[in-house]
Amino acid sequence: MSDIDKFLKRDSFIERNARSRAQALLDPGTFRELAGPFERLYSPWLAMQHLVTQADDGVVVAKGLLDGAPTVVLAIEGGFQGGSMGEIGGAKIAGSLELAARDNRRGTPTQAVILFETGGVRLQEANLGLAAIAEIQAAIVDLRRYRPVIGVSAGTVGCYGGMSIAAGLCSYLVLTREARLGLNGPQVIEQEAGVAEFDARNRALIWSLTGGEQRAATGLADACVDDDSAAIRATVTSLFARGVPERHRSERAAEFLAALAQADTNVQPEVADVRAVYTTTAKGEA
Amino acid sequence: MMEQLQTTRGAMWLRLLTGSAPALHDWPAVRVCDAPLAGQPARWIAVVPDPDNRFPRARNGEVGLVEGWQLAQAVQETIALDRDAPLKRPIVAVIDVPSQAYGRREEAYGIHQALAGAAGAYAQARLAGHPVIGLVVGLAMSGAFLAHGYQANRLIALDDPGVMVHAMGKASAARVTLRTVEALEGLAERVPPMAYDIRNYASLGLLWKVLQAANPAQPDEQDLALVYAALEAALADIRDAPEHGLAGRLQGPHRAASRRVRALLETQWEAAD
Repeated sequence: MSDIDKFLKRDSFIERNARSRAQALLDPGTFRELAGPFERLYSPWLAMQHLVTQADDGVVVAKGLLDGAPTVVLAIEGGFQGGSMGEIGGAKIAGSLELAARDNRRGTPTQAVILFETGGVRLQEANLGLAAIAEIQAAIVDLRRYRPVIGVSAGTVGCYGGMSIAAGLCSYLVLTREARLGLNGPQVIEQEAGVAEFDARNRALIWSLTGGEQRAATGLADACVDDDSAAIRATVTSLFARGVPERHRSERAAEFLAALAQADTNVQPEVADVRAVYTTTAKGEA
Repeated sequence: MMEQLQTTRGAMWLRLLTGSAPALHDWPAVRVCDAPLAGQPARWIAVVPDPDNRFPRARNGEVGLVEGWQLAQAVQETIALDRDAPLKRPIVAVIDVPSQAYGRREEAYGIHQALAGAAGAYAQARLAGHPVIGLVVGLAMSGAFLAHGYQANRLIALDDPGVMVHAMGKASAARVTLRTVEALEGLAERVPPMAYDIRNYASLGLLWKVLQAANPAQPDEQDLALVYAALEAALADIRDAPEHGLAGRLQGPHRAASRRVRALLETQWEAAD
């Protein structure tokens, strides 16, 4: 098969919506949605501001099996309000992770995949979004003691704000070349620090520094895979097979501090500078 | 006088509550020290401005790359210290953080991962049985608050206009939501989670106690005694609690949806198998 044929026949993960992404990951016939759209979980806070609501608040909770193992997939819909985390969507993710951790304490080794497609806190629900993200983070740290929590960001929204911190807490992180991962979105940096610090229109710069390829090359993600549902599923399955890492990425303060001490902060770093600083110290199993 | 003006609330409250205890690290922005709480050893942590920070966008007390990882290290060291101790020492996060560092260097080197280091360490300390108390004496903004304090078992805040909790500064929040700052302020007056002030925040039910200090910017002996007593009470409350989680934050009148979603999930969880 030629490259073009492969490209045309591939099953794009990015083009799937949140529900369809969860279906693509779980074993056929095992997908069961919890707290789904028929529960009519509309955001009360968006409605109060006369903004568009959605019956699932942009988060799909899917329970099923992945390669035969009990798994909950938490899929964020990037197409609704930028994948932003409000009270309800945040509670769906945090509450599910809390139940998965409880399962493990009761002897069922439930594992979790979070599909990050989010700008972070939904600013229309500001402090309740932030609180929900703190609860998501708490639940990830609890659950990852028993079974891996795997984060996937396929794009094209990417993963920003408090949810990028949640991604940093995951046991493993899978990105595509189209995904971006960072704390502060380019627009916000431009607003806070000026266009000289960060030009939000410079898309090449944004993707080169914070895209999936760079994050995987610098050890801030575990894999950069093609936008292909089968490839993403295979990568997630193989990462679950590794089990809980001996030390999570978020536990490696000493290595990261040593690496950052080498960074030349007098200049804005280029792609190669970041790779040089992180390849030696932070990437390997030091 | 000059020195007082330049001292942030976080630095000042840390100094007063710990009796100017010496720093355990020579870190300029992350202050870590040991001082007793309720007569027992406790570790105290605050983030303060470092005007000479190597990272230019982290010179005003923001939590940046280095600060995030130093917070992580400070908390991990505390966990390691008590690994074999039956009674884990409390950790008090004195919170006055204007924001995370907004900059290109920060994004390039992965500031999200540094903040994950800090948030994760605090959560691990809580799960390991360390009573973690967050004391908000000034700003508690966004990613900086997630990294420093939001994982606490109990949150305490001073009731004062200088005490604010929010997800984003007003100008940026207006830009992202395609609103004017005036429109944003108007909404904040009638939508409680959008407000910036501590009284609206308290209505969300996330705080364990709100304290009426007479002068949060220049506390006197009475103010100090009030805060110290609240910290002691929080410590006792945590020690008495059977769980190490954050469920105590779900009871507020404005969190009905959070409770409903959890109840639905619990009902449907087993049925899905």
